[in-house]
Amino acid sequence: MKRKLETSELIFKILSYTLLLIFSLACLYPFLYAISASVSGRTAVDYNQVILFPKDVQFNAFGRMFNDNMFWNSYSNTLFLTFYGTVWSLFISILGAYALSKKRLLFRRFFNFFLVFTMLFSAGIVPQYLNYLDTKSVFNAIGITDDKWLVVIAMGMAAMNIILLRNAFEGVPSEIEEAAIVDGATEFQVLRKVYLPMCGSTIATVALFFAISRWNGYFWARQMISNSNEHPLQVFIRLKLEEYTDSEAMAGWNEVYASDSVIYALIVCSIVPILVIYPFIQKYFAKGTNVGGVKE
Amino acid sequence: MAVKATDFLIWDAAEGAYRENPEQIVRDDVEKHHWRHVGETIIKDWRLYVMLIPMLLVFLFWRYLPMYELLGCFKVSDEVKPVAEQYFSGFSYFKTLLVGGTGLSGEFWRAMRNTFLLSFYGLLFGFPMPIILALFFNEIRSNIVRSTFQVVSYLPKFMSTVVMTSLVTMLVKQGSLTSGMGIISQFLSSIGLISYDVANAGLLNNPNFFRAIYLISGIWESAGYDSIVYFAAIIAISPTSYEAAQIDGAGKMSQMRYVVLPSILSTIVIMLITRIGSLLNVGYEKVLLLYNQNTYVTADVVSTFANRYGLEGANKGLASAAEMMNNVIGMLLVISANTIARKASDVSLY
Repeated sequence: MKRKLETSELIFKILSYTLLLIFSLACLYPFLYAISASVSGRTAVDYNQVILFPKDVQFNAFGRMFNDNMFWNSYSNTLFLTFYGTVWSLFISILGAYALSKKRLLFRRFFNFFLVFTMLFSAGIVPQYLNYLDTKSVFNAIGITDDKWLVVIAMGMAAMNIILLRNAFEGVPSEIEEAAIVDGATEFQVLRKVYLPMCGSTIATVALFFAISRWNGYFWARQMISNSNEHPLQVFIRLKLEEYTDSEAMAGWNEVYASDSVIYALIVCSIVPILVIYPFIQKYFAKGTNVGGVKE
Repeated sequence: MAVKATDFLIWDAAEGAYRENPEQIVRDDVEKHHWRHVGETIIKDWRLYVMLIPMLLVFLFWRYLPMYELLGCFKVSDEVKPVAEQYFSGFSYFKTLLVGGTGLSGEFWRAMRNTFLLSFYGLLFGFPMPIILALFFNEIRSNIVRSTFQVVSYLPKFMSTVVMTSLVTMLVKQGSLTSGMGIISQFLSSIGLISYDVANAGLLNNPNFFRAIYLISGIWESAGYDSIVYFAAIIAISPTSYEAAQIDGAGKMSQMRYVVLPSILSTIVIMLITRIGSLLNVGYEKVLLLYNQNTYVTADVVSTFANRYGLEGANKGLASAAEMMNNVIGMLLVISANTIARKASDVSLY
């Protein structure tokens, strides 16, 4: 059934299309500009002749990055932190959320409060830093001298993600679990064979939340990892940017690329992996925010 | 509960001897029984408790132990000694911060004000944006076009703070002899919104622009992603509601007012509570990466104040005291926002 649009509806529709188009372009533009500026020639970048499309294309700024050992080091460190960090956080969250989702757990309210309170009150960065120093000495004493492992173990736990998982587990019908128990499944088997497959998409969502926050982690990685060979990519980018703002000279006078292009090339290197997998994972992110409602 | 011998025995004056207290026997039995029950349940479900242990340990070590370190704000800072052995100094740090009369106290109040203002403006301008976006998304009938817009608008959310701030820094950078100013500064000055000299000096070096840059980049970053939850609420509205409104002669604005808004009100309230709760919890990472000495006037927030004095400087006790005040007020805010929302509309977070 086609219905003639009223004037107010028509105006609203046109307005929506226009503003959404502007907003989407504004969201995309900085990335497109970064890509163009990273591959444009020196004078084109220095004199702002690059508006949207690259000019005097060169790839030497990227070449310079790729020849830098520290760059590859930081990239592999980020992959290390992302992989082990996600596995560790997910492992702990799934076990904890499973236990919390069970009505028969004693002191359930207390454990929930224990979790939720960390969302209400945080000690702040200075006490956290002091605490990391203490735990670092404990870790060193038991033989873990690699700061990366401390970052993996200590960082990135989020009460919100555990609550998302707990709500998903609570949604699984108890009859299925009872059937499995009658068939002689143990608690761990029930978790592995019943709950994990049934809550697959929530687990994927939470895993992606963890992975993104690990990939993007900056502040604590910089504070806690003292060896510059172990810095992740985000810290590397920031240090390069600080070097750039201090001296404004990243490129020698005889190079074909501008100093800015080096920074843009780094930014592009950091966002390309996310851009590549983004179309496949974005539906999980959209799902994650809809699982609302914190209950106690 | 401490149990005294006299709880079990009462003096019976008629018989002239002690006898057992019947009430206490019952109470005792209940308690014993209860605890026996607890033991049995834990042994029966021991696997559940084992599963809980790693999570509890991680939260204990890296969320609750820092709260113990927070006690350092009542002690004289001494890096060598653990908190327990430091000298108690009472509220001297709080006094220095609040009524010190020194430059430090002024700096702290400035940080408090900036924290509040940055969040408040964020709430004022940033909060309605996702709702408006969701309303617009709802207008687009073609699924392909709409999801393209949506996917593009979520994209900035997945960039790290470092990448985002680096981009912002580059786009509004100052001009120099060898290279021009950032492309956004260039654009703003060419359309006459800001003067050439101001733009050329670098917008991030100018305290007047810090809040605008912070807010606009914040909206750019998260408005699209935050609209998901509102959009989900809007598409859940039954089409019959719109039809009924149309038959009653409602135009677009009336439909918004009487159909859409009431349907998404509970979502709005929940999101508002969350936002008010984090009113004093500005993203310190972003401020830390964007501010510099020139912009302390408008940019310095409590966390960056604490970072400067506690981590870069050596005044850990003072910095802890500043953060403690900030976080306690923040916690009170979220609890009261939640209570008010529960009283007023039956919607609450906790």
